Amino acid sequence: MSVQTTNGLREWQRYDSKQGLLRWTLWLLGVAVFVWCFQKISAGTEWSFVLDAPEQGADIFDRMIPPDWEYARVLGRPLWDTLNMATLGTMGAVIFAVPLAFMAAQNTTPSVRFARPFALFCIVASRSINSVIWALVLVMILGPGVLAGTIAIAFRSIGFIGKLLYEAIEETDHRPVDAIASTGASSGQIIAYGVVPQVTPVFAGIAVFRWDINIRESTILGLVGAGGLGLELNASIGNLDWSRVSVILLAIFATVIVSEWVSARIRKAVT
Amino acid sequence: MAEVAPSVSGRAWTRPPMIASATLRWCILVGTIVYLIAAFITLDVNWQRIAQGWERGQRFLGGFAPPDFVTRGDAIFDGVLESLWMAFAATVVGIILSIPIGVGGARNLVPPPVYIVCRSFMAITRTLPEILVAILFVKLFGFGTFAGFVTLTFATIGYFGKLLAEDIEAANQAPLEAMRAAGASWLQRLNYAVQPLVMPRAIGIAIYRLDMNFRESAVIGIVGAGGIGATLNTAFDRYEFPSAAAILLVIIIIVLGSEYLSAFCRRLVR
Repeated sequence: MSVQTTNGLREWQRYDSKQGLLRWTLWLLGVAVFVWCFQKISAGTEWSFVLDAPEQGADIFDRMIPPDWEYARVLGRPLWDTLNMATLGTMGAVIFAVPLAFMAAQNTTPSVRFARPFALFCIVASRSINSVIWALVLVMILGPGVLAGTIAIAFRSIGFIGKLLYEAIEETDHRPVDAIASTGASSGQIIAYGVVPQVTPVFAGIAVFRWDINIRESTILGLVGAGGLGLELNASIGNLDWSRVSVILLAIFATVIVSEWVSARIRKAVT
Repeated sequence: MAEVAPSVSGRAWTRPPMIASATLRWCILVGTIVYLIAAFITLDVNWQRIAQGWERGQRFLGGFAPPDFVTRGDAIFDGVLESLWMAFAATVVGIILSIPIGVGGARNLVPPPVYIVCRSFMAITRTLPEILVAILFVKLFGFGTFAGFVTLTFATIGYFGKLLAEDIEAANQAPLEAMRAAGASWLQRLNYAVQPLVMPRAIGIAIYRLDMNFRESAVIGIVGAGGIGATLNTAFDRYEFPSAAAILLVIIIIVLGSEYLSAFCRRLVR
């Protein structure tokens, strides 16, 4: 901040000239990079397709309305499959994520040299690949269906749950742990009575939060063949049956909103 | 002290249960078991197909040893670059568009009707999974990076707008009051009382969103929206497992790299 004198008037300015110059350069750089990026995108774009998008959009919207309500009755089973992929996938992830998290946390790891790097690697590898890509791989191996989707959801969630849980374990209060250790408890007992009670509420919150995200993801895994609502969506889009597409979109929307509400309620109850 | 005297009441200590109400505890337990049985019955596992796929799975894993970066090296390089352009351009445009919407979603700055409109718009953009949005935009704009760019922009608006709105609401209200008392206009209040308070965190969120957009670009390419995801999909379609493995490794490395970079930049800003 600086005060500048111009024509005998003292005027307050937010930045002095040096700061101002630096900000200008950064802005200029940012704008230049953006323009360059956009040119690259626009070079690969068929602009006539983009320009007739409003007509296309209006056309699709016209076909979407009215939604084919009869079709909603068939959606029960895909909806059930979607819920199962998310729920079973989250449960499966929890089974693997909990031991990994205890191995990865600095204060509970059995060995800093071997177990910790291994656990951290598993967590990172699982986290950096999206569940759609996992599903793509698994559908190829296991064939299309709910099983591939469930495992894809589980693989992606291990990293998420593992990371948040091990951070929670590292943040636990060490005093109860020390107290239990001083009574001569074994390391298993220390974890069971000193660490676990402290992280249980956090853990429940993380699991439910991930379940909620998984519902959202499992609605679309069918697009690559992993069952559930996405499979129906893919078929309907393939048939250009837009009045069915709108029903599925509404179903997905409703499912996501309900699951978000349920998860928010549970999280409020446990924390 | 070998013999421990039994406690006064003659009962051993047990850990307090996590859910206090016994009825609720049992209901949840029974409900879970019933659900699990129902879910597993309907799981429909095709063992024959899995046995067939097993060999393919081994070939896929074999693709990692060694991964083939060379055969489709040009395509991988182009795909990564395309993803980066898409992610960067979408982050910039998304943030520019999300500023008015985010400000409109802050209860302390705007009248209630504007607040409700902006908040519901952001809720809708966040609820729709990105890949669905990508499908719709690919139908509208044709295959390629432009559809991906619009999809990521759309997703960025909801995400950035919501966090911005919450930041504005949570920021210190005193400067705002002071500016109001001094007779500042609405724009002046926004520029001098709100913007300096939320800026550092907003930059952090922006960097994080850039990182997220890159990760998403790997996925939306599968439905035809360009980028590294399209390259990956092609490799899978042609059963070129060594190339697919290489692409997966490239994605993991870039995601990890950008995660560290974004964490570093955010620490720098703070």
